[in-house]
Amino acid sequence: MTDQEPPTTRMNMIQAINSALDVMMARDPDVIVMGEDVGYFGGVFRATAGLQEKHGKTRVFDTPITECGIIGVAVGMGAYGLRPVPEIQFADYIYPALDQLVSEAARLRYRSAGEFISPITVRSPFGGGIFGGQTHSQSPEGIFTHISGVKTVIPSTPYDAKGLLIAAIEDNDPTIFFEPKRIYNGPFDGYWDKPSQNWSKHPAGEVPTGYYKVDLGKAAVVRAGEAVTILCYGTMVHVCIATCAELGVDAEIVDLRTLVPLDIETIEASVKKTGRCLIVHEATRTSGFGAELSALVQERCFYHLEAPIERVTGFDTPYPHSLEWAYFPGPVRIGEALKKIMKDA
Amino acid sequence: MASEHPRANLPTLSLHVPEPKFRPGDAVDFAAVGIPPAGEARRPDTAAHPGDFTDLAYTLVRVLDDDGHAVGPWNPRLSPDMLRKMLRNMALLRAFDERMFRAQRQGKTSFYMKALGEEAVAVAATHALDPDDMCFPSYRQQGILITRGYPLVEMMNQIYSNRGDKLQGKQLPIMYSARDHGFFSISGNLTTQYPQAVGWAMASAAKGDTRIAATWCGEGSTAEGDFHSACTFAAVYRAPVILNIVNNQWAISSFSGFAGAESTTFAARAVGYGIAGLRVDGNDALAVYAATLWAAERARTNQGPTLIEHFTYRAEGHSTSDDPTQYRSAGEPNAWPLGDPVRRLKDHLIGLREWDEDRHAAQDKELADLVKAEQKEAEKNGILGHGLHQPLDTLFDGVFEEMPWHLKEQRAQMLAEETASGRPWDRK
Ligand SMILES: Cc1ncc(C[n+]2csc(CCOP(=O)(O)OP(=O)(O)O)c2C)c(N)n1
Ligand SMILES: [Mg+2]
Repeated sequence: MTDQEPPTTRMNMIQAINSALDVMMARDPDVIVMGEDVGYFGGVFRATAGLQEKHGKTRVFDTPITECGIIGVAVGMGAYGLRPVPEIQFADYIYPALDQLVSEAARLRYRSAGEFISPITVRSPFGGGIFGGQTHSQSPEGIFTHISGVKTVIPSTPYDAKGLLIAAIEDNDPTIFFEPKRIYNGPFDGYWDKPSQNWSKHPAGEVPTGYYKVDLGKAAVVRAGEAVTILCYGTMVHVCIATCAELGVDAEIVDLRTLVPLDIETIEASVKKTGRCLIVHEATRTSGFGAELSALVQERCFYHLEAPIERVTGFDTPYPHSLEWAYFPGPVRIGEALKKIMKDA
Repeated sequence: MASEHPRANLPTLSLHVPEPKFRPGDAVDFAAVGIPPAGEARRPDTAAHPGDFTDLAYTLVRVLDDDGHAVGPWNPRLSPDMLRKMLRNMALLRAFDERMFRAQRQGKTSFYMKALGEEAVAVAATHALDPDDMCFPSYRQQGILITRGYPLVEMMNQIYSNRGDKLQGKQLPIMYSARDHGFFSISGNLTTQYPQAVGWAMASAAKGDTRIAATWCGEGSTAEGDFHSACTFAAVYRAPVILNIVNNQWAISSFSGFAGAESTTFAARAVGYGIAGLRVDGNDALAVYAATLWAAERARTNQGPTLIEHFTYRAEGHSTSDDPTQYRSAGEPNAWPLGDPVRRLKDHLIGLREWDEDRHAAQDKELADLVKAEQKEAEKNGILGHGLHQPLDTLFDGVFEEMPWHLKEQRAQMLAEETASGRPWDRK
């Protein structure tokens, strides 16, 4: 380690997000944080803890409970020249804000020919596995990847969460930043009835305390392999790693990190190498982001494929409460799909 | 271009961000909360025009005075039997909450929310409604079900997501649905029930029915767009609906100032829409009863909607997921100037010589035992902590009336996964 390398410390994903916000607020006076309960209390998941005290009430504040209002106001602040980072308390509550996101934030640059932009980063915890029932568990990323004009980012580690969030905040386009809340405290691997790990032992839980970026639009190959390519993101990255370890599958696991814009080069190179492709997400199946990935792989890698592309997803039902683990695309579902895809290998 | 109004001499703009009076560690003094004397607010004729009593949106309708006497024009003059019934339901609600909160702490379920300190709001209102009036509650009006005699064991089955749960474990605990009891399925998404209640009421009116609708949301939830859509529709179509705002001062960690309370009352929202508005002492069961009855009479006689702000206090945390001493002074609940709704009604009955402390203590004991016994019954059907209680394939029921091919395929896939897992998930 050289003297130039910035100091690092252990962080869980919440602390990493908090650190990203703190660093950006210190660097850029135009960055502001707002949302339900984010001010004095520091957010229901504590992601903004301490920020109001440090940066002041006019830069970190609670808002009325109106998601439509929160995003509409953020668009207006962006038009003034600020760089708002609104929080939507749960992704399940983002729907009242859809019009402001779809028709306004995503379209402002285009319709004003660049006169106005929406440099906003909408943070929101998403995903299930916490017994949150249907209104604290959803994965609506596919709704946003379908909108032209917003970027969609989903980290899977504390290190990436901080670096990606900083990149998203600096980005001049609106970004949806979905935080997989099941892995806020540790890299949950899908084995829900075994004790869960925390980030303290994971290499990506070692996070620089200062400024750094993880570029948007760049995937990470989190496990190199030859047998099959697994495309995944968020919580499912860890579930895929654990499943492959258990089954002894030499998979190449690609953590997409940014869904739009997508790192198509990394995907293409990997699938052409392995000849097989499994797509895994927790979100419902029909018209999910996996459908887009499947189409892209088919379009670009068809002559390299040795087996049909497989998708492992949540089922096309609302997220149940008590049958959560029957719903969750865990090691069994992934394992079955791997068996199918590797059948003739 | 030179301005005719040079700004050079003006101070710069500054952003106002609301701040509650008390934070953790602060001594609490609620003297600034204006509490008008009981009996003071006038009671207009139910046929009066909303514009003629807008003052009632800025005061407090109160019946029970500090000595527990029922005074003034809003006194509903209820029989001692009725008063005792109301007291019992409020105490039962409190005992139920206490027990289920503890069950969550013991790991028997994932989540619970109490209505401590606001028992009068749901219970007294339900007593004033007809049993077939339709309620569109938020998650904090379990008092409606209790007052309408919904079996406690059914509520607990839902809370435990167990074998007996009529909602098949599909919903988060306390998100009840009880159509037979005029109780609409609770949503986790705030304020969506508001326009729905208005729509139900419009349908009832369009069909020449006699039933009315009532809905509830928290003061924090009035910020949602749905609240304002509901008010507009209710006003435009004079819908036979009662729009209740439960102002318990807090929305998770955000005080009512973040919903607009620094500038005006929540009842005053009614004024702009031309809706009848009342602001009521929410810890006074008689005031809540009287206001609801009055609003119901307006609705039933085609005078249209009434918006009622129930001024109360959330004496506990938001839910089992938060610790309120992190964001507000621990002294607040006890200092709340409108007191404890159960104690106030009890004192009133005692003052009438229709009740006494011994009977009250005996009733509390009886209710605690009752709840305990019901809990035992419910736990025979299992608790959430013990895993999956519903047949696995119920996961796919109810997405559509008829299951399309893709769900059938996915259901088969799930059952195959269970086999592949080598252990049955469908325990007990
Ligand atoms: C659309 C939506 N946004 C946010 C939330 C998260 N949330 C749940 S309860 C709550 C506070 C509501 O406060 P209030 O309306 O005052 O009701 P109270 O809890 O005090 O009864 C919030 C922000 C939600 N459930 N739905
Ligand atoms: Mg409230």
